[in-house]
Amino acid sequence: MNVFRDSRPAAAAAPSARPTPPPSLRQRLTELRGPGIRPRALDARALAALAANPGCRRRALLDGAGVDKGALAQALGSPAGHGQSRFALARGNSFEARVKADGGAELLRLLHARLPSGTPAPEEGEVAAPDLAAAGPEGRAARTALALREATAAGGWTLLDHPLLAVEVAGSPAYVEPDAVVVRPDGVWTVVEIKSFPMIDGAADAAKVGAAARQAAVYVHGLEGVAAQVTAHGERPARVGDRVLLVCPQDFSNLPTAAAVDIRKQLATTRRQLARLTRVDEIAAALPPDTTFDLHLADDGRTATRPADELAAAVETVDAAYAPECLAACELAFHCRGRSRERGAVETLGRGVRGELGSLRTLDEVLAAAAERTADAAAAPADAPGHGAGPEHPAAPERAPEAPGAAPDDTDPALAALRRAARLRAEALGTAGPPVPVPRTAPGAEDPVCR
Amino acid sequence: MSLIETLARMEAAAAGAARPLTTVRHRHLSDRPLVCVPLTTAGEAGAPLGALVGTDRERPLLLTVAQPRDRDLRFAFLAELADAVLPYLDGFADTVGHEERKETDPESGKKVTVQAELCADAPQLIVPSTAGVAYMRLLGRSTRFRRTAEQDPEAPYPAPPHVPLLGRWLTHLGERARVPGSCLLLSMTELLTRHWATGQSALEDQHLGALLAWIDPPEGLSGRAAAERAESARGEDGMLHCPPAGPATDPAFDNALLAPAMARYDADVPGAAEELRELIGGQLRPTWDAVWRGYDLLRALPPGAHVVDRWKRDRWSYTAHRDRVRAGEPPQPKRDDAVTAARKLASRETAQAQLDAQEALDDPLVMAGRRLAGEAFAGEVTAVEESFSEGPRPMPRPLVTLRTADTPLLTDGARLHRPLPDGKAQSAVFVAYEDGAAGSLTVRLTGGMGRGKVPAPGSVPEPGETVCWTLFEHAPRGGPQLPEPEDTPWTHGGPPAAGPEGDAPDPMTPEDFL
Repeated sequence: MNVFRDSRPAAAAAPSARPTPPPSLRQRLTELRGPGIRPRALDARALAALAANPGCRRRALLDGAGVDKGALAQALGSPAGHGQSRFALARGNSFEARVKADGGAELLRLLHARLPSGTPAPEEGEVAAPDLAAAGPEGRAARTALALREATAAGGWTLLDHPLLAVEVAGSPAYVEPDAVVVRPDGVWTVVEIKSFPMIDGAADAAKVGAAARQAAVYVHGLEGVAAQVTAHGERPARVGDRVLLVCPQDFSNLPTAAAVDIRKQLATTRRQLARLTRVDEIAAALPPDTTFDLHLADDGRTATRPADELAAAVETVDAAYAPECLAACELAFHCRGRSRERGAVETLGRGVRGELGSLRTLDEVLAAAAERTADAAAAPADAPGHGAGPEHPAAPERAPEAPGAAPDDTDPALAALRRAARLRAEALGTAGPPVPVPRTAPGAEDPVCR
Repeated sequence: MSLIETLARMEAAAAGAARPLTTVRHRHLSDRPLVCVPLTTAGEAGAPLGALVGTDRERPLLLTVAQPRDRDLRFAFLAELADAVLPYLDGFADTVGHEERKETDPESGKKVTVQAELCADAPQLIVPSTAGVAYMRLLGRSTRFRRTAEQDPEAPYPAPPHVPLLGRWLTHLGERARVPGSCLLLSMTELLTRHWATGQSALEDQHLGALLAWIDPPEGLSGRAAAERAESARGEDGMLHCPPAGPATDPAFDNALLAPAMARYDADVPGAAEELRELIGGQLRPTWDAVWRGYDLLRALPPGAHVVDRWKRDRWSYTAHRDRVRAGEPPQPKRDDAVTAARKLASRETAQAQLDAQEALDDPLVMAGRRLAGEAFAGEVTAVEESFSEGPRPMPRPLVTLRTADTPLLTDGARLHRPLPDGKAQSAVFVAYEDGAAGSLTVRLTGGMGRGKVPAPGSVPEPGETVCWTLFEHAPRGGPQLPEPEDTPWTHGGPPAAGPEGDAPDPMTPEDFL
């Protein structure tokens, strides 16, 4: 679950200022954040995580408003375990610097080798590297768009180091920052993602590559908006490559190697999920009017003075869609998990669990439904004839007489399967005797697992 | 996750403690396993930070690397690790028995029976988590191509002796761990999750501390509270009470304690090396104890009947690798050739099918899951009717009618299997559902009754007996033979090149790149 640990945050360098949504919404989001609190920038990793769970209104709103979820979780008393090791950060930075050294000569050589386009490899000094520095994220995004347009019009090789792209998320714009974008002479823009996990014998960890691909898909999505404008207004068409270049250290060294990663699938997912995100203004409008996530920070700017239960009540005003996957991606996950467990939601055991349980939503409901049948089975002989005619026949007519007093929902196939499972489990545990008692090596020890 | 497991997890969540998923232990546990708890440096691929190794739970050997960016220190660590692990691995090589094995005679091409050596026991390496298994594989890959001064006097930066051999063994154990049911290299989290269902998700079960907290909650705490505490409770110094089981470290530990201590070591502050040793040991020890705790819990379960059979395959695997090392074969290639890869896949598929069948036969609780899935059914025999096969020599083919509450997914003429008391399987075919009586069906026995005109005693179930038929075979066999690697067809790249390029050692550069 430390998938994201050893790569550097994409927007680390981005100033945490935000663009300008419509005044009324902006006003509302400021209120939610608390007066005088600067909004946090949304990076591509957060976006990818948000897109992975588009049903979570809580995350959409908090991210949309730029609330510091880490600080919020801390104030709620369930701090996240997320963090980055300084070693990983240093390694990531030094590796990126090495890849981009000498005007990105090595990077372009890898790009040319892995994504051949028919154009000859760039000669030394032939690669343009425009300066993208500008004031504020809007300025940088505009500067990036201009540089992309000029590079496409010029028809040469251009390397954009840390460009800034705008992506619309739930109705409000967010800025994302790829490691690099390369413009080829044929007008194709390629996203370059530099990661510090190794590629050993040409293969990298699948989970990490997947995360990198989802992140790159956000960049490609952001670039496509710019490309459409450039194509509409420029003399030469621009196209965003649907294969990105993933640059990683080779084997156990610090030397770069690269692979082209096809991100069409991730791109389609990102587009669909971003489109599905409920608009932030709609979520904000549904809140009670005086809701705010302001932590009432003390003068040191770090200590929250607002009572945790008051904050928790504010957080509760907007629904979350907790699943165990959140633990790796969201700072609030421990808080949401605690709430979800208190409610006994079946999703706490995994997203897939709900599919088998039909209309049952909580553990208590499931266990009660399962127990009904077990009680029946205890009253009747365990091997009472069931209906043998093949798999689930929810409306099997011969079923009614054998389960007298069964609730009408007994025809629910999910319920029938659940009861059968409960009966089989109880029967197997019964024949095998009670579960083997667990021995204790250190009775009375505070906690044998940990110090 | 099957419905029966979901239900077990819900029971566990409601009860506040884990619930059994099995009634027996389905994995072999050695009397003297070697436990290894590795830690790695964040962000680096082949830079170990430390490890606790040993077979004695009271006296583990602590190995640490004070500065992972120093090649000499890394090599020293690997040499020490090899010194700790190789004697254990070699310790099983010389106690051998003999087994008969069919082999193809190279001259006549006939199958002949030969006597082959089989080691009486094999080593077992236990690591805390699946990430630990992957890390062992990674260490194997990073060391098996290294050259020692003895192998190649010209080699720049020669590796200490034994290190390449350690890499070959770790690679072998790592490859073997991909075979379902194998027990040469095990992860404690996988072992525990196979046998117990906790009240949390499979994702959260990857945390060894939390997993053990559910299975064996400390007095006065529910499994849930103990697991949440193990996951995230931090002391006043901001450090986790229960450090991660590795190989990744806790970032807070890296930033607050490890990095400053390393800086002191780099600045030659006296005592810095000892301080680092203590720090790393402090992160490792709780996990070490947790692994042994899990070992005790598992040892308390009675082993399943087929566990010994599977362990014998592990012994064959160990013996075969011992022979390859003794024969001086080169290290395992970076990439398998087409035939080897296909063989590995086929053997893993067979092992998976065998494991599934054997676990179900050994354990009524696992069989319950198969029955729920419609892959088996159990019931009481209500009638047995004598019947014979047609043909010149009629053989007994009795019809057995039984009543079951299960809902098997049967098609006409489906083959069925049932274990007989002597361990063999009896085959049968499904005939029909009985009209009139729900849940009643008839099968025709087709084997396991001996060669006589009368079925062997005890081979035909009596009315009133409870029997369990499965739709899956009890000893599934693999697919057809594959050609030898040198006969690889051109469709699969042809025979592999004589000197596989993958065997070249990783280039060593004067600059230490880590």
